Amino acid sequence: MVDNMTKHYGKLRALDGVSLEIRRGTVLALLGPNGAGKTTLVRILAGLIRPDSGFGSVAGFDVVRNRTGLRNAIGLAGQFAAVDQLLTGRENLELVGRLYHLGRKVSRERASALLQRFDLSEAADRMVKTFSGGMRRRLDLAASLIANPRVLFLDEPTTGLDPASRKDLWDMIRSLVEDGTTVLLTTQYMEEADQLADDIVVLDRGQVIAQGSAAELKARIGGQFLSVRLNDRGALNQAAEALSSYVDETPHVDEASVEISVAITNGGRRLAGIIRDFDEAGIEISEIGIRQPTLDEVFLSLTGQTAESAASPNGTGEGV
Amino acid sequence: MASNTLVQSRLPNFVKGELRWFIPDVAAMTMRNVLRYRRSPDLLVFATIQPVIFVLLFTFVFGGAIQTVTDNYIDYLLPGILVQTSLFGATNTGFGLAQDITSGLVDRYRSLPMARSAVIAGRILADTLRNLFVITLMIGVGYALGFRFHTGIGYAIGVVATLALFSHAFSWISAFIGISLNDAETVQVAGFVWLFPLTFMSSAFVPVATMPDWLQVVAQVNPVTVTVDALRAMSLGFGEIWGNLWQTFAWAVGIIVVFASLAITRYRRLT
Repeated sequence: MVDNMTKHYGKLRALDGVSLEIRRGTVLALLGPNGAGKTTLVRILAGLIRPDSGFGSVAGFDVVRNRTGLRNAIGLAGQFAAVDQLLTGRENLELVGRLYHLGRKVSRERASALLQRFDLSEAADRMVKTFSGGMRRRLDLAASLIANPRVLFLDEPTTGLDPASRKDLWDMIRSLVEDGTTVLLTTQYMEEADQLADDIVVLDRGQVIAQGSAAELKARIGGQFLSVRLNDRGALNQAAEALSSYVDETPHVDEASVEISVAITNGGRRLAGIIRDFDEAGIEISEIGIRQPTLDEVFLSLTGQTAESAASPNGTGEGV
Repeated sequence: MASNTLVQSRLPNFVKGELRWFIPDVAAMTMRNVLRYRRSPDLLVFATIQPVIFVLLFTFVFGGAIQTVTDNYIDYLLPGILVQTSLFGATNTGFGLAQDITSGLVDRYRSLPMARSAVIAGRILADTLRNLFVITLMIGVGYALGFRFHTGIGYAIGVVATLALFSHAFSWISAFIGISLNDAETVQVAGFVWLFPLTFMSSAFVPVATMPDWLQVVAQVNPVTVTVDALRAMSLGFGEIWGNLWQTFAWAVGIIVVFASLAITRYRRLT
């Protein structure tokens, strides 16, 4: 679908030879920090901007030469919920329906159905400025779906949402995929990519640095992570040593947060032993858990640097 | 090379889509913007308060000092105020478009298979309707202060229609500014400042003959002057109607042709 795509903003290379493919009916997650080029790629594929070079096609439509066909086949939900604050939820959806040229009657029917599906029926006739952040995102998603697009672009769909709203939105995205929609989503969260995506493409400074299924990527970076927070800063080194028989890598010790984190395999089974060892050695545990690696940790193992330092300081490629 | 063939193969499709969907899309966008105006009445109130203050200030502060061809200054002043009100009202277009760009709404519109020009044209049509409303209110305020049409209802309608055309034309300039700067706050200031010299270096408030020679040259060709003079001739019943009206039309059509193409080109090239 995308072949050797490049895009420059002045000296900044927002995209530097990106190639990728999405299988029909699956979810592809573009994972990367701010400035990695995720939004730029989505904007090119949605026909909003032109690439400097390279080829892209979505649902069989060339993203440069056949934008009219493209626009009829896609839905876009952006980083900022692009809904009109002074219109009601229903008016927003009906307007978008009319602009897709569905006709007044079909727009009205689709709007009602989507309001119901996204749990917005009760608020449907209130002005959007009274909506919560989660409701606005849901309405934005509904607006992008009004014409039954074959391909849906979601640019950081859950950024800034509370955990409950995020889970709601995930469920809704999953049910869309079940209905056969192809989804390309961008995210900064490993967990989100893991939850939703069939394939993950990791972007860094405009280049693809890794791709594969969530399982494949995790295998590459060590799967689960163990993190332990202690009560006593002085016990950190002793604790790190006690962990060494359970893990392959040298644990990362963070003095400031009194925390140790390290990649671990079969973490669930090993947890009991670790707790017992710590207990016997008299090391007090404040918190302990097995979790998914953060984007930072994914980046650390893929590039040797953290996501924050990877994001270029003049990284204006995102969200402009 | 490659980009040339691109342009050729894309243009027919683009033009086809524009023609086919222009009217329904403009209707949808106009309805959206009119709904927005109806739901933010504060905006309308302040849009009316400002010209009312101008009328009061000019009538009572300067009115006694300014010698005009009319017996009472308000008969002279009101056509000028009406043109100024239409001009200031036109700045809403750029501000609203910049706001839609910043909020991401324009991204959505641009991802839809709608006519590109309808986002701007729908906005401008709604702004023109809103200006008509404010102009009607202002004529009412003028009547309360002693302004009268010394001609007839036909001329009164002509005055309102001319103002609608005038504000429509300047909305396209404002649209171009709004899309080019695409930051709502900057647009609010930048979309405004050039209107002060434009309205004051004209016959809107004082007779041009009282200005220094060099300024008279500027004031004579100023579109505000020809429009105000046309409106005055229509409301007072003396003075040159058709000569001024012809120039007003020429200005309006020229502005619309130039700035509509500039604004739509800018819009299509947004990043």
